[in-house]
Amino acid sequence: MRNEWLRSDRLPHIYCAGCGNGTIMNCVLEAITQTGWDRTRTVFLSGIGCSSRAPGYIMTDSLHTTHGRAIAFATGVKMADPSLHVVVFTGDGDLAAIGGNHFIHGCRRNIDITVVCMNNHIYGMTGGQGSPTTPLGKTSTTTPYGAEEAPFDLVELAIAAGANYVARWTSYHVKQLTDAVYDGLLTPGFSLIEVRCQCPTSYGRRNKYREPTDYMTYLKTNAILKRKWEEMERSGENISPDSFPVGEFVRRSRPVMGVPDEA
Amino acid sequence: MRHEIRFSGFGGQGIILSAVILGRAAALYDNKNAVQTQVYGPEARGGASMSAVIIDDEPILYPKVRDPDTYVIMSQQGFEKYGCNTRDDAVMLLDSDLVHDRPSCRYVGIPATSVAKKELGRDIVANIIMLGALTTATSVVSGGALEKAILDSVPKGTEDLNLKAMKKGQELGIQGESS
Amino acid sequence: MQGNIACAEGALAAGCNFFGGYPITPSTEVAEHMASRMPKITGSCFIQMEDEIASMAAIIGAAWTGARSMTATSGPGFSLMMENIGYAVMTETPCVLVNIQRGGPSTGQPTMGAQGDMMQVRFGSHGDYSIIALCPSSVQECFDLTAKAFNLADRFRTPVFLMADEVIGHMREKLEIPDSVEIIRPKTLPEGTLPFTAGPDGVPGFAPFGIGRFTHVTGLTHDERGYPDTTNPACHESLVKRLVNKIENARHEIADYTIVNENARYVFVCYGAPVRTVKEVVDRMKIPDTGYLQLKTVWPFPEELLLRFPNVQAFIVPEMNLGMISREVERHVSVRVIPVGRIGGELHPPEELIQAVKIAGGDV
Repeated sequence: MRNEWLRSDRLPHIYCAGCGNGTIMNCVLEAITQTGWDRTRTVFLSGIGCSSRAPGYIMTDSLHTTHGRAIAFATGVKMADPSLHVVVFTGDGDLAAIGGNHFIHGCRRNIDITVVCMNNHIYGMTGGQGSPTTPLGKTSTTTPYGAEEAPFDLVELAIAAGANYVARWTSYHVKQLTDAVYDGLLTPGFSLIEVRCQCPTSYGRRNKYREPTDYMTYLKTNAILKRKWEEMERSGENISPDSFPVGEFVRRSRPVMGVPDEA
Repeated sequence: MRHEIRFSGFGGQGIILSAVILGRAAALYDNKNAVQTQVYGPEARGGASMSAVIIDDEPILYPKVRDPDTYVIMSQQGFEKYGCNTRDDAVMLLDSDLVHDRPSCRYVGIPATSVAKKELGRDIVANIIMLGALTTATSVVSGGALEKAILDSVPKGTEDLNLKAMKKGQELGIQGESS
Repeated sequence: MQGNIACAEGALAAGCNFFGGYPITPSTEVAEHMASRMPKITGSCFIQMEDEIASMAAIIGAAWTGARSMTATSGPGFSLMMENIGYAVMTETPCVLVNIQRGGPSTGQPTMGAQGDMMQVRFGSHGDYSIIALCPSSVQECFDLTAKAFNLADRFRTPVFLMADEVIGHMREKLEIPDSVEIIRPKTLPEGTLPFTAGPDGVPGFAPFGIGRFTHVTGLTHDERGYPDTTNPACHESLVKRLVNKIENARHEIADYTIVNENARYVFVCYGAPVRTVKEVVDRMKIPDTGYLQLKTVWPFPEELLLRFPNVQAFIVPEMNLGMISREVERHVSVRVIPVGRIGGELHPPEELIQAVKIAGGDV
């Protein structure tokens, strides 16, 4: 079933061995097949970066756009034809650095699109520069002595800016991620699914996660369910700086744009 | 016959709208050609504002007013900037309360702002009083055309007020202090 | 009616049903008018975006759903749009941009007219490409040329620019709105044809999103399938040459102009607001031996029109910049070219052009 959604004539893909992006694509396509959406009425968009090559491998109409701008392009597609289903693949640099303004305005408008952010904490395609989500102290080619800038929390950003559905999972949590994407696709308004994922080539290599499995172990160990995270915070339990909460953070019904009329 | 009319005052007096109404009256209701242009700065209120209209029986090619034969001046700053070098045969309508100087050309002083405030209760219609005066003090536009253009241009519910202002202006255009 | 409103009305008459924009003086009236009119037209969308980058992105996205899409801006916003203008060129996305030019560089003179973006519109985004730019000199031409811009955008699958200026955009004069305007939509993509396989005119058929053609659109160098092929020199060369040639080879078809006094010795080459002064000098004042070529299409530059003046001794090029199109004229002729550049925001007065005629005649 999912194979129908792939452009077999585009293989081989450009992703490195051990990259998390393929897993995430797989989960997204699984979620979409569960929705029963018509392939001819589904449009994928992306900006620039490793994440943004994903639509090129999917057999639908797709716009591979400019760096950071995919949400603005998606706004045009969705507002011009609200009957289309619109999904954006993006990365941490694309979404939170150069595309930060479009991101928060997409959330504010609550435009009816689903954004899947492959957050690998690094600019992978250009060879491993620091991004707005590179954790403090972590090494990249532009933070050779450790990142000194505090990172963005993409989930908090999307919630504050007004998105209707916000979740965070990792490339380890395949089932939960698929379910979250499914929920995001079906929630009217702006949905953000942040997916923490491994980049063994550019991030892992410089940060002691050389093997893809090293980072999968890190994700498995440090991803803490939202409810448990909140309990730990309440009880004043010591939380490792490497840890982060996962789960569904928001599901609400603020006013939306780009939803087809009921008629 | 060609007329070049220059309006000046401060932002918020309706200087640009006056020119738009005059141009509309000439183009749509007096069957002339008309072009309206303006100079404005970043201020929405205050500052020296200038707008202009050319009215001609022939098509208007060069669109900017260069040698006005008619002036409508509604502030001292506007007079100093746009009204102090008139040609001898020009005619100037000025708001006699707000403009202290007087030009060397023929002029008609109209106490538009104070009349608008005291007799009509709204100083916002001072510009319409000045336009009304144009129809009796000069021959640039007919009263009938101006009336239609005013009705096209003013907000709903203010038609009576504006027509009263125009009529008041028509009286003042004849009676006003003049040289 | 005001020039800016005439642009908006021309667009609506042409069936424009998507406007994405951001406020900027002196173009804002275009967006305001669309904001007022479009919600009352079924199937139309006006959206105010967060900046000009997003505005350009949105109109490209809308165009791929088959909408007739447009934005309007001025210098600083135009600079921000450059990135996605290149994307529209590379992806062959039909769309219309109105630029009501003001004095630059930078924020410059927001409320004053200029024609300083004439080279930026041609070359402003990176890489080799061609575009189509039209320049109105009256309120009527604002309407007519904006409507026409949509047809050219669809015909050639390219962004088309209405390069007006503050003088014309904010000027009010009489406009006659025709009962209907000609509407030419893009060629459809024949079944079995790849999405970027062009016809003999270099223009591919258009398969908008949502009809099951599964078009992949990318700003990367791509093959006829639309798939990236970024390290193959032949693929890049054939793609970019086709993008340039589909426009440059159609210069005759695209050219829109007026010629007056072909036998003149002193010929003005003019576009936009300065056309008004040229007409005053040639048509009304009838300064001897003068004629003019009014370019309503400035890009692609219709160079062969310069050969239509057998007795010309000098071309005089009045522009509200320090000499942009005058250089283009110079490139194509052997006679003298006299640029009359004027910046600061005011239109050339007639005397300035009469003086240029005297200089051309050796009287000065």
